[in-house]
Amino acid sequence: MSFGLVQASYVAASILFILALGGLSNQEKAKRAVWYGIIGMGIAVVATVLGPQVQSYWLLIIMVAIGAVGGTIVAQRVEMTGMPELVAALHSFVGLAAVFIGINSQISPPPEIAGIIQAMDLMAANADMAGGVAAVLGAEMAQQMSEFGALIIIHEIEIFLGVFIGAITFTGSIVAFGKLSGRLDGKALILPMRHTWNIIGVVATFILLILFLNGAGMWALIPMLLIALAIGAHLVLAIGGADMPVVVSMLNSYSGWAAAATGFLLGNDLLIVTGALVGSSGAILSYIMCQAMNRQFLSVILGGFGGQNGPAMEIDGEQIAIEADGVAAALEEADSVIIVPGYGMAVAQAQQSVSELTRRLRAAGKEVRFGIHPVAGRLPGHMNVLLAEAKVPYDYVLEMDEINEDFPDTDVVIVIGSNDIVNPAAQEDPNSPIAGMPVLEVWKAKQVFVSKRGQGTGYSGIENPLFFKENTRMFYGDAKDSVDALLQRIS
Amino acid sequence: MKIGAPKEIFAGEARVAMTPQSATVLQKLGYECVVETGAGAAANFSDADYREAGVKVVKTAAALWKAVDIVIKVRAPEPIEVKRFTKGQALISFIWPAQSAELLESLKEKGVVALAMDMVPRISRAQKMDALSSMANIGGYRAVVEAANNFGRFFTGQITAAGKVPPAKVLVIGAGVAGLAAIGAAQSMGAIVRAFDVRPEVAEQIESMGAEFLFLDFEEDGSGSGGYAAVSSPEFREKQLELFRAQAPEVDIVITTALIPGRDAPKLWLEDMVAAMKPGSVIVDLAAEKGGNCDLTVPDEKIVSKNGVTVIGYTDFPSKMATQSSTLYANNVRHMLDDLTPEKDGNPVFDMEDDVIRGAMVTNAGEITFPPPPLKVQAIAKPPVKTVEKTPAEKKADELAAMRAAGAQQTKLLVVGGIVMAVLGLYAPASFMQHFIVFVLAVFIGFQVIWNVSHALHTPLMAITNAISGIIIIGALLQVSGGGWFVSLLAGISVLIASINIVGGFMVTRRMLAMFQKS
Repeated sequence: MSFGLVQASYVAASILFILALGGLSNQEKAKRAVWYGIIGMGIAVVATVLGPQVQSYWLLIIMVAIGAVGGTIVAQRVEMTGMPELVAALHSFVGLAAVFIGINSQISPPPEIAGIIQAMDLMAANADMAGGVAAVLGAEMAQQMSEFGALIIIHEIEIFLGVFIGAITFTGSIVAFGKLSGRLDGKALILPMRHTWNIIGVVATFILLILFLNGAGMWALIPMLLIALAIGAHLVLAIGGADMPVVVSMLNSYSGWAAAATGFLLGNDLLIVTGALVGSSGAILSYIMCQAMNRQFLSVILGGFGGQNGPAMEIDGEQIAIEADGVAAALEEADSVIIVPGYGMAVAQAQQSVSELTRRLRAAGKEVRFGIHPVAGRLPGHMNVLLAEAKVPYDYVLEMDEINEDFPDTDVVIVIGSNDIVNPAAQEDPNSPIAGMPVLEVWKAKQVFVSKRGQGTGYSGIENPLFFKENTRMFYGDAKDSVDALLQRIS
Repeated sequence: MKIGAPKEIFAGEARVAMTPQSATVLQKLGYECVVETGAGAAANFSDADYREAGVKVVKTAAALWKAVDIVIKVRAPEPIEVKRFTKGQALISFIWPAQSAELLESLKEKGVVALAMDMVPRISRAQKMDALSSMANIGGYRAVVEAANNFGRFFTGQITAAGKVPPAKVLVIGAGVAGLAAIGAAQSMGAIVRAFDVRPEVAEQIESMGAEFLFLDFEEDGSGSGGYAAVSSPEFREKQLELFRAQAPEVDIVITTALIPGRDAPKLWLEDMVAAMKPGSVIVDLAAEKGGNCDLTVPDEKIVSKNGVTVIGYTDFPSKMATQSSTLYANNVRHMLDDLTPEKDGNPVFDMEDDVIRGAMVTNAGEITFPPPPLKVQAIAKPPVKTVEKTPAEKKADELAAMRAAGAQQTKLLVVGGIVMAVLGLYAPASFMQHFIVFVLAVFIGFQVIWNVSHALHTPLMAITNAISGIIIIGALLQVSGGGWFVSLLAGISVLIASINIVGGFMVTRRMLAMFQKS
């Protein structure tokens, strides 16, 4: 395949990728959109492999085959509730690949750059030989030299950046994976002087960059790689569990920028375009998440909870428990019900039971809807996916803004395994760490039942005054067992 | 330990302090339960019901007192009952300590640990044992039923073939628990309900029950501590009576529930107001036990005034609904015992540090512990400061300002971006700029496209962008050939993991999207 044809395929692939992302604007188009993405990827890979630069097909075929089998197994095995971990784990692959490619291109520069280096060496030799003779040509050659020099510097910066972003993405994603899958403690790890550490890391990286540009080669690249790995891990370790949705989409963004940096490095426009698409997509998602939590993007990224001044409001009252019979009776009498699911539903795998409950209540002529907070769960849109898995039709799964006004007219709200997103302290207590975060105003409903494992606080560790409200009853127990108990009583 | 409920000996009292249902729960707390035979008969709980719930039934009150460690009752004990107590026995019942000094004295001498259900502080934690509220709730409901029973017309307005029926007008004075319950009951029967209270903050509660709040234009807050009303000034009272006088000829039914803790009920419905009412009207005075809010009220009796207005002064409304009131009261008592028994081992702990227990305790170990010290926590929130609603014009101005700010912001960004571009263009070589243009445009397209992605699809979006970011495989593909074994190895691994990413990402996205369905 000629160079021109490869470029043409890249244009086609870029357009297909844009269509794939744009197609996600609604559920019906989305299924087609995935095909655009798959075809785009197919075209890009085939065009590259058939292009002039690739020779060792056997190695490629083996590697791609192994990867494809691995990917298929992972994709089929994963539970819908395990989606956040999977996405985080996959991000780490992109990061690692970016690191490898960066190192590779330091060891063996891509053809254009290799050519330039040769040309420069040649010219330098020529300049020596010609000495003062070529005074007329001197100016022209000097200009040529400086342009080549700039190219080399830019190339080296690209390597450096590619490896740096890739490494941060890699360890960051691994830590995020560990936290989401429960292998690591979800709490924010706050090292003493953590900001100082980060700054030291960045300064050291900068010094290494200067060394690298002055020809230090691997001796600067490898220490920088280690520092970047540490920074990536530390950044995500310092972020508390409640902010995980932001972290995942942020890593998504990083993986895109890593791909884009690789594209610059190799002078490959398709990589640049795709990386930029993914990078901006992740950045916007993170921004939307932060808006939904009323947090400053920077303060989330830099980790830890910011802005708590003064003691939290005292909560007066007591959590009153209720048994399944009571909840079932209230549901029998209610005309309108809103279910607010959270991470607890995902953990308990209760979505099927919740779906069945919804079906039965709707069959009894009641209005049953779902109120989904933008950051419910550990991943943007997490709840929607789970409910979709359990075949809850998406037209009665509503967003916070769509449903918040309806709570005062609602008879029964069932909160299943969510905590912070229904915390009235966000509105009532200016000293609460989540003050100002938009929340689902469930407490305005006539009755609220909270299905919860125990009396502990939520992921953010904040006490929730909702549980102490007069119209709230606590329905303790595993979410799935609780909902199943309701199913036995409601036919 | 053993808990026992005797038969109430107060004339006409039909309630009982323990029901078979509450006994089951008490047994779970580790207590043994005992009742006197026939204790629940008037409330429709037979001895057999109790036995079935595992309660021991004893023949006489004396035997019960001998058998148990804790006596639970509804009414305050009569002198004959007080005599039966032995030192260290506990009593839980209504006691009204402020009005019954003698009873306190005799309980003290007997060495009884007495907890007054009527002294449970009004904090939200203690609501589940607030027997006053649960009884008042019943009283309010029953007052409306009594009024309807004695009222010669419909409550609801109707237009029938036989003529038009005007709706009854009900005035509820005092919007405590009883008042609110009365409002709810009358409202649901179709009457037009108006209500008045000296505490301005209950206006919202009255309106939430569907009644009209009679607004009194006077600067005085009649709230006392603990959510109860306080005594009002003479000027305020005058204004208030004026308001009632204006209402008297209009309303058909008056339900008065005004009480001030520890005092006689204030006289609010005077003789001249009764005289101004239409014949056939009904007044139900829920404050009759404390002397009544109405001048004509005779406690425990129903009288008819000269102009044909019925004045009901019964004091036993809860007792008239004994099954319901016993169930609720027994639950209140059992919640109190729940709090007294933190270990659930059948041994009560009288924790004097606990506001609720300390508040309810009136005698302990030969001492009178009434009145209790003030509460440690203030239970009722200060009324919120009202925020001024913005007029539409102001809102519009705000929006405009926000738009302008956003515009200015964008301009600033564009200018800064432009400068950065210019600097880059000045120094960077042309081949880099070509790639850079592509990059910037792609970022812009990304921003534009992603804003439209629907919220529900954010997870599939992540999965698909994740798959697409596997495009990095191309970088690895380009490096596999040539450059030595190490480069090929790294590139090979990159190809491998990038393919996992691509295949896994796309398959998961498809799996997820396949689930979205429309109903």
